[in-house]
Amino acid sequence: MEARDTALPLLPDQRVADPASFAGVVIEGVSKRFGSKQVLDGTDLLIRKGETLVIIGRSGEGKSVLLKNIVRLLEPDAGRIWIEGQEVTGLNQRDLMNLRKKFGFLFQGAALFDSMTVCKNVGLMLEEHTDLSAEQIRSRACECLALVGLDNVDDKLPSALSGGMKKRAGLARAIVMEPEYILYDEPTTGLDPITGDAINDLIVKLQKELGVTSIVVTHDMPSAFKIADRMAMLARGRIQFTGTVEEVRTTDHPMVRQFIEGNATGPLGAF
Amino acid sequence: MTALIGNLGDLVIGGLRSTGRGAILLRSILLQLRFSWRMRAEIMEQMQVVAIGSLPLVITTSVFVGAVTAVQAVYQMQAYVPMKFLGVMISKSVFIELGPVLIALVVGSRNCASYAAELGTMKVTEQLDAMEIMAIDPVRYLAMPRFLASVLMLPIATILANAVAIFGGYLASVFTLDVTSSTFIEGLRLFYDPLDLIGGLIKSLIFGGIIAMSGIYFGFNTEGGAEGVGKATMTAVVGSCLSILVADYLLAIVLFQIIFNK
Repeated sequence: MEARDTALPLLPDQRVADPASFAGVVIEGVSKRFGSKQVLDGTDLLIRKGETLVIIGRSGEGKSVLLKNIVRLLEPDAGRIWIEGQEVTGLNQRDLMNLRKKFGFLFQGAALFDSMTVCKNVGLMLEEHTDLSAEQIRSRACECLALVGLDNVDDKLPSALSGGMKKRAGLARAIVMEPEYILYDEPTTGLDPITGDAINDLIVKLQKELGVTSIVVTHDMPSAFKIADRMAMLARGRIQFTGTVEEVRTTDHPMVRQFIEGNATGPLGAF
Repeated sequence: MTALIGNLGDLVIGGLRSTGRGAILLRSILLQLRFSWRMRAEIMEQMQVVAIGSLPLVITTSVFVGAVTAVQAVYQMQAYVPMKFLGVMISKSVFIELGPVLIALVVGSRNCASYAAELGTMKVTEQLDAMEIMAIDPVRYLAMPRFLASVLMLPIATILANAVAIFGGYLASVFTLDVTSSTFIEGLRLFYDPLDLIGGLIKSLIFGGIIAMSGIYFGFNTEGGAEGVGKATMTAVVGSCLSILVADYLLAIVLFQIIFNK
């Protein structure tokens, strides 16, 4: 198989010359409208294999929409997306399902299945996509729960868990199939600072131990600075800035400065 | 006037769109039936939910339906029709119409509301998205077992309802209407036609499909938060009840005027 180049230079507009040969995710000109609101307007972005890219931006700017477009939980109105050279936007249902097996997704509210125990939630993908026995599935589910620091919750229903525990159980579910990509939608939102930091540590740990490519959507800047290899700022339907943590900290880009300093006045406006 | 025509047009287009989407969903569910054996645990679980959860409702509804039918029949028949026809009036009314339709409306509303609210909540809390990202088709995992459970269990509930309704009619006739037990039972045997029972069960089979489809469709298409779930549930139940009544009329023509009317 042809080796993929992970170090292709970024073009100024975040495009690569040949998306089909890029190892990672290429988002090219993606647009998405809901009613009269144009949420994404020709968004371009590259995510390199193995990196943790944090997408920052104000609430309602379309960060979660962009994340859902990557795995086609939402269909883009225009534009194309490639994952490891495979054009996602053109996949049929069967190929899309196969591609999704490479992904884990931590939803903002964890999205655990209410009617299933935590163990069943975590083991469901194994039950559906592998030939493992019930015993093996349970053992693997417990292993993943232990990895995120959850013990003795296997037979509890999600309603019996706190917000932080739900997030961790959601994370255990996301990693159970050892995905190559994990998408995080606001992983620390709604959590107390200590639990939030524990989640950040988990994200870093998973990235280091499992070598996954992580795409994190957040507007929690301490979290973003802690976990990111690279950051991208989404505003007005497009990526306005990309750079390393250091570049984000030191940039003069007015939107980024306003956002990371939390100023009500600036190009992003207040409301 | 222009606005009125515009609103009417939107309503028609919306209705057609929903019908089209409903037909696509039904096709997807029918295609997923090939995984029935693999999904047997979920199907059995849903069948239990329908059967056990609906049992008190079926029994209570049916016993009073039978009793009321007896009281009304005696009121209509007195001085005109011999009481030996009471049993046949009750059985035919129950088998052909009251059993299938009332059970579909009562039990169906319960199940339809349950499906719409459960799936609607899953939709607005991103649980359906979670299932999709786990490469699990929600139509196979959630919709098909519910559809099959509803289609299979409603006729069974109707058979039970028929029996209980006849028993209710018997109790009311014998203990409150001065009809002897032997007269009532003789009446039951009189003009008994198995096609009445079969026709009623075919109706309940189709009603089971309507109930499930309405609950699943509106559940899957829920938008917004708690308000959206409430709206979806209400729309599903109203849609299911209206569809059952329309289907009842059409089935009455097809079954009893065309197919059975030799």
